[in-house]
Amino acid sequence: MILASTLTTNLAILVLAGFIGFVVISKVPNTLHTPLMSGTNAIHGIVLLGGLLVVGLSGNGTFNKIILVIAITFGTINVVGGFLVTDRMLEMFKSKPKSAGEKDKQGKGS
Amino acid sequence: MSATVLASTFLQDPSFLDILYIVAFGLFIQGLRGLSGPTTAVRGNRIAAVGMAIAVIATLLNANEGNWALIVIGVVLGTAVGVPAARQVKMTAMPQMVALFNGVGGGAVFLISWSEFRLSDGFTATPTYIAIFSLFAAIVGSVSFWGSNIAFGKLQEIIPGRPITLGSSQQIVNLLLLLVAVACGVAIASGEHSEALFILMLVSAALLGNAVVFPIGGADMPVVISLLNAFTGLSAAATGIALNNPALIVAGMIVGASGTILTNLMATAMNRSIPAIVAGGFGGGGAVEGASGAGEHAGTVRSTSAADAAIQLAYANRVVIVPGYGMAVAQAQHAVRELTKELEKRQVEVSYAIHPVAGRMPGHMNVLLAEADVPYDQLKEMDDANPEFSRTDVSLVIGANDVTNPAAKNTPSSPIYGMPILEVADSHSVIVIKRSMNPGFAGIENELYYDPKTTMLFGDAKSAVSEITAELAHI
Repeated sequence: MILASTLTTNLAILVLAGFIGFVVISKVPNTLHTPLMSGTNAIHGIVLLGGLLVVGLSGNGTFNKIILVIAITFGTINVVGGFLVTDRMLEMFKSKPKSAGEKDKQGKGS
Repeated sequence: MSATVLASTFLQDPSFLDILYIVAFGLFIQGLRGLSGPTTAVRGNRIAAVGMAIAVIATLLNANEGNWALIVIGVVLGTAVGVPAARQVKMTAMPQMVALFNGVGGGAVFLISWSEFRLSDGFTATPTYIAIFSLFAAIVGSVSFWGSNIAFGKLQEIIPGRPITLGSSQQIVNLLLLLVAVACGVAIASGEHSEALFILMLVSAALLGNAVVFPIGGADMPVVISLLNAFTGLSAAATGIALNNPALIVAGMIVGASGTILTNLMATAMNRSIPAIVAGGFGGGGAVEGASGAGEHAGTVRSTSAADAAIQLAYANRVVIVPGYGMAVAQAQHAVRELTKELEKRQVEVSYAIHPVAGRMPGHMNVLLAEADVPYDQLKEMDDANPEFSRTDVSLVIGANDVTNPAAKNTPSSPIYGMPILEVADSHSVIVIKRSMNPGFAGIENELYYDPKTTMLFGDAKSAVSEITAELAHI
C-alpha cells in the first residue's frame, strides 16, 4: 500500500513536471537555443544527488565505491561545467549596449 | 553542544529536506522561464544554479558521514575538470562542450543504477517498479553517455564528421541492440539477479548509443545533441523515482520535456523528422549523390580577390552577411564586426542572416556575433531574412555552406532536399568566403558556388575578412 502510494505520488510529480517543461519552453527565440540547451543540460546534472544518496547507503563494496566516485565526479562536471558555460554564453548576449542602446529591450524575439 | 545536536536533527529532518528540494525545483522552473528570453536569461541561469546549490547542500546535510571522503574526492575531481573546461572552452567549441557535459550526466546515471543493482544483490528485495525505473535509467543513461561522446568526437573532429554507417543493415543492427538491452532489462526486472546480464544490458545500450550517432552527419548533429540531452533528463527522472527523490524527478522530467520540445523545434526548422534522423542521418548515399552532382558543374567557379570584393561591397546599398561554421572555426567574428563598421561608415546598410542551424548548433552564430558586440537588431532570423535577399546587392557568405545550398529547394534527389535554406541566390550578387572547394559537413556539393552571380574568395575567413576591410580603407 505504502509503496503504491509513493509510486503514484511520484508519477503525479513526473507528469506535472513534464507539462511544466513543455509549457516553459514552448516559445523560445532561435537565438537562445544554444544557451537553453546548455542550461537544461546543467539542470539534469542533478543526478549528482543520486550519487550522493547512494554512496551514503551502507554495504557499498570497493568496486561500488569506485563506480560511485566516478558517478559523483561526472555529476559534478555536468553541474559545475554546465552552469559556468551557460553563464559565459549568456554574458555575451548581455554585453551589447553600446550601439543598440535602448533598442536592446525590444530584442525579445517573437 | 546540545544546540548543535538540535540544529543537526532539525536539518536532517526528512520533511525539512523535502522542503529544500521543493525550493530547489521551484528555482529550476523559475530559472528556466528566465532562460527563454534574452534579457532575463543570465539571471535565469543563475537562479537555476542557486536551486542546484540548495539541492546539493540539502543532500549533503543528510549524507552518511562515513562517506565524506568519497564525496569530497568526487566533487573535487569533478570541479577540477569541469571549471577549467567551462572557463577555457572557446565559444566556437561550445556545441561539443555541451555534448560532453551531457554525456557525463548520462554516465553518472548508468553508474548509479549499476551500483544500486549491486547494492541490492540484483534487486533481490527491491519492488519491481523501482527496478524497472532503475533499469530504464541504466539503458537510457548508457545510450546518452556513448552517443554524446561520439557526438563530441565528431564535432571536435577526432572522429570523421561524415556519416559512418553499416549501410542497409544499420537499422536492423540498431533494433537488435535495442532488443537485447530491453530483453536483459525485462529478465532482470522479472527476477534474474545475474550481474553479467546487467553488464550485457549496459554494453548493448552503449553499442546502441554508438550505432545511432555514428551514421549521423551534417546539420543533423545539433538535433541529436538536443535529443540526447532530453534522454539524459528522462533517465535522471527515472533515477529520481527509483531513489524516491522529488528534486531529481522534477528536474529530470523538466529537462526531458523541454529537451523534447527543443529537439522538435530544431527538427521542424530543418524539415526533418526525428525518427528519420535517428534512423540514419543523411544515409551513406549523401556524399555519393553530391559528388555526382558536382560533375555537371565542374569548371565554372569564379574566384575573386579581396580588393575586388571590397569594391563590390563598398558600392552596394544593402549587404547581408551570412555566417556559418567557417566563421566560427576561424574566430572571425571580430573581424566581421570591423568590416561591418567600415561598411556602415560608407552608408552601406548591413544586416546578418542567421540560419537556425548555422554552425553546429542553433543560436551558435548569435552567440559568436554577440561576443563581437554586433547589435542584436542587425541579426535577422531566416524567415525575416529570406524575403529581403531579392533587395540585397551583395550577400557575403562567410564559411556557411549547406544552409545556403539551393539544392535543398531545387533538387529533389539531394539528401538535403526540403531543408529550409537562406535564399542567398536571390540577391543580385554573392561573395563566398571559403577555405577551399571541399563540400560542407553534410558532404554535399553546393550549386550556389557555380551560379554566375557568385564569386569565391578562397582563404581563411578571418584573414580574408580582414583583407577586405584593409582594402576598403584604400577606396
